[in-house]
Amino acid sequence: MEAPLMHLALVGTPNSGKTSLFNALTGSRQKVANYPGVTVERKEGAFVTPNGRQISLLDLPGTYSLRGRSPDEEITRDVVLGRASGEPLPDLVLCVADSTNLRLTIRLLLELKSTGRPLALVLNMFDIATRRGVSVDVARLSEALGVPVVTSIAVRKGGTADLVRLTDEILAREELSERKNLWRPLTVAELRATQREADRIIAATVSLPARPDTWTARIDAVVLHPVAGLLILLAILFVMFQAVFAWAQPLMQLLSSAFDSLRDFVHETLPAGLLQSFLQNGVISGVGSVIVFLPQIIIIFLFILLLEDFGYMARAAFLMDRIMGGAGLHGRAFIPLLSSFACAIPGIMATRVIDNRRDRLTTILIAPLMTCSARIPVYTLIISAFIPPKLIWGWINLQGLVMFGLYAAGIVSALGVSFLIKFFIWRDYQPAPFMLELPDYKMPRLRSIAIGVSNRAKMFLQRAGTTIFSMMVMIWFLASFPQPPAGAEGPAINYSLAAMIGKAFEPLLAPVGFNWQIAVALIPGMAAREVAVAALGTVYAIEGGKEAAEQIGQMLATKWSLATALSLLAWYIFAPQCASTLAVIRRETGSSKWMVATFAYMLALAYLASLATYSIAASLGLG
Amino acid sequence: MSENKNARPHQPLGLAKRGYSGVIQSLSAGGAASTLNDVELESRLMELGFVEGARVEVLHEGIVGRDPIAVRVENVTIAVRRREAMAIIVA
Repeated sequence: MEAPLMHLALVGTPNSGKTSLFNALTGSRQKVANYPGVTVERKEGAFVTPNGRQISLLDLPGTYSLRGRSPDEEITRDVVLGRASGEPLPDLVLCVADSTNLRLTIRLLLELKSTGRPLALVLNMFDIATRRGVSVDVARLSEALGVPVVTSIAVRKGGTADLVRLTDEILAREELSERKNLWRPLTVAELRATQREADRIIAATVSLPARPDTWTARIDAVVLHPVAGLLILLAILFVMFQAVFAWAQPLMQLLSSAFDSLRDFVHETLPAGLLQSFLQNGVISGVGSVIVFLPQIIIIFLFILLLEDFGYMARAAFLMDRIMGGAGLHGRAFIPLLSSFACAIPGIMATRVIDNRRDRLTTILIAPLMTCSARIPVYTLIISAFIPPKLIWGWINLQGLVMFGLYAAGIVSALGVSFLIKFFIWRDYQPAPFMLELPDYKMPRLRSIAIGVSNRAKMFLQRAGTTIFSMMVMIWFLASFPQPPAGAEGPAINYSLAAMIGKAFEPLLAPVGFNWQIAVALIPGMAAREVAVAALGTVYAIEGGKEAAEQIGQMLATKWSLATALSLLAWYIFAPQCASTLAVIRRETGSSKWMVATFAYMLALAYLASLATYSIAASLGLG
Repeated sequence: MSENKNARPHQPLGLAKRGYSGVIQSLSAGGAASTLNDVELESRLMELGFVEGARVEVLHEGIVGRDPIAVRVENVTIAVRRREAMAIIVA
C-alpha cells in the first residue's frame, strides 16, 4: 500500500541555511513559482523517505516572527496557520536553525509551538558549530523545548540522513502530536518573555565558545572598514563587469560559430525560398543571437549568488545604507538593486524585503535603470563593433571600460532619479529603519550555487524559446511581407511592413541619429530589450542577402556612424522597453499609475540622453 | 543602583562609540525619533535579540556620520541605524 503524500514546510530566520537544506533534501526536484495573487516566490520540492513516504517540501520565506509585517512573512504565517488559499496545512513544520546562532530561532520556535502544528527543530550547520566549539545537549534541548530535535549538515553528503529518518518517525505518530492552534500576535511583553525563555533554555543546554567566529571578525575588520570596505565593494563590482565581458568571450564565440554553421547548413541544404529565409533569418539568426548571451547571464548570476551565499550582500547593504540614504534610498534597497543588474524583474520582486511603502516604491521606480543582463547583448554588440579592444595602461580593456561606464551611468542616474522623487514627491518623508542581520561568513557551496544558476539559466532559455522566438517570427514576417513587386530594385526589406513602420517613426528618431532599421528593432524590443539585437540581425540579414552569414557587428560598423552607435548606447541606459518589467511593476505596486510613470520618465530620459549624445558626437565630427 | 561602585552610566546605544561593550538595561522606543511607532520598534528590536540583559558590543561603524552601526548582540551581529539604537538603553 502506498503512503499518502505528506506536506512538510521549512520555517526559519533569514540566514539559517534553510535554502541549502532545501536544496540538499530535494536536489533538482524543485518547482519555483509564485503564490497566487502575490509575487512571493514559492519554492516546492519533493523527496522520498527511507520508509518510502512521498514528501512534498515547501521552503517558506525567512522570518523572525509570525507577526507578518511584509508579504513574504505573511505567507509564512498563513501557510503555518493553514490560512493560505490553495496551500494544505503542513503535516509537519521543520524549524531550521543555524547551530552557531540559536537565540533568535529558539524564540521563533517557542512562538511556532502555539500554532499546534507538529514541529521539529533542525540544528543545521552542526559541523560549523562543532568546529567553533559550540556544544549542544540535543536530548536536553529537545526535552526543554518539548519538540524533537535533530542535527543536520545540509552541505555534506548524507548530512540530512538523521533528519529524514526522524521525519519518518514523527509522521508515523503524527496524529498524536497535533494540537489546537492558540497562536495570536505577541505583545511586546510576550516577545520579551519568549526571548527570555529561549535564553534560559539555551543557557541550560548549549555551551558557547568564549570567542566568536574569528574569521568573520577578521574579514569584517577589512570589509566593513569605512575606506577599505568601499574600495573592496567597488573592486568587486568592477571585477564582476570585467568578467561578464572577458570570461564569457570564448564560450560566446563557440555558441556563435555553432549557430553560424547551423545557418550555413540550412542555407546549403534547403532550396532558396520562404522556408529557407524563415529558418535562416527568422529562427537561427534571431534566437541564436540571443542565446549567445547565456554565458554572460550565467556569470552575472554566479557572482550574485556567490556573494549572497558568502554573506557579503548584507555587508554591502551596511556599507551603502547612508550613501544610498543620501539619495533617498533604504540600505535594504541595495540587494534588490544589485539583483536588478541581472534582471529588473527579480530585483523588483526582491523589494518585498523593504517594508516601508515609500522606500519600496522609490526602489521599484529606479530598479529598471540598473543595467540588466538583457541590455548586455545590445551593449556587447555595439561596443565590439565600434570600440577597439585596446588596452589602456597595459591592463584595462577599453571595451570593458566603456561597459563599466554604461553601468556607472545607470547607477548615477538611478540615484539622481531617487533623489528627485524624494525631493519633489515625498518632501515630508522620513527614512524607515534599517535593521539587518550580518550573518557569519560561510564558504559558498558549489551544489547550491549550481542549482540556483541553473534555475536562472532555465528561465532565460525559456524566455528565448517562447517570448523571444514568437517576437522573432513576427519581425521576420514584418520584414519579409509584403514581398517586393517583380522587377523591383534594391533590397526586398525596403518594401516590407517593417520598413513602413520604421519609416513612420524615423522623423521622431532622426534627431537622435537613429535610422529606420533601428526604429524597426526598437518596436519588438518592447517584449524584451535583447530582442532588439535579434531584430537588427533579422533586419540586416534580410537586407544583406548574401552577407547574411556575416557577423551582425561587422555589418553595423559599416552601416552606422560612431555617433549613432553612441546614441543607441545612451538610449539603452534608460530604454523603457521591457513589457515584462512594466507588468511586474503594475503587479507589485497594485496600480497602472506607477507603470505608466516608469515608462514615461524612462522614455523621456532615453530620448534626452540620446539627443545629447548624438548632438555632441556629431558636433565633434563623428556623425 | 547608583550606589553600586561598579555601576556605569546608562546611555542609549545610539550614542555608543565603536568598541563600546555593555549590557542592555531597558528598551524605550520613546527616546528614538524612529519612523516606527513605539510598539513596532520595540517588537522589531526584540525579534532581533535586543532584550534586557543581553550583552552588546559595537563592532563597526558606517562611512557617513559613523552610521549605521554593527552591533554584536550575544552571538549575532545586527546592523542598525543610530536613530533606532537610541531606543536601546545600555550600561
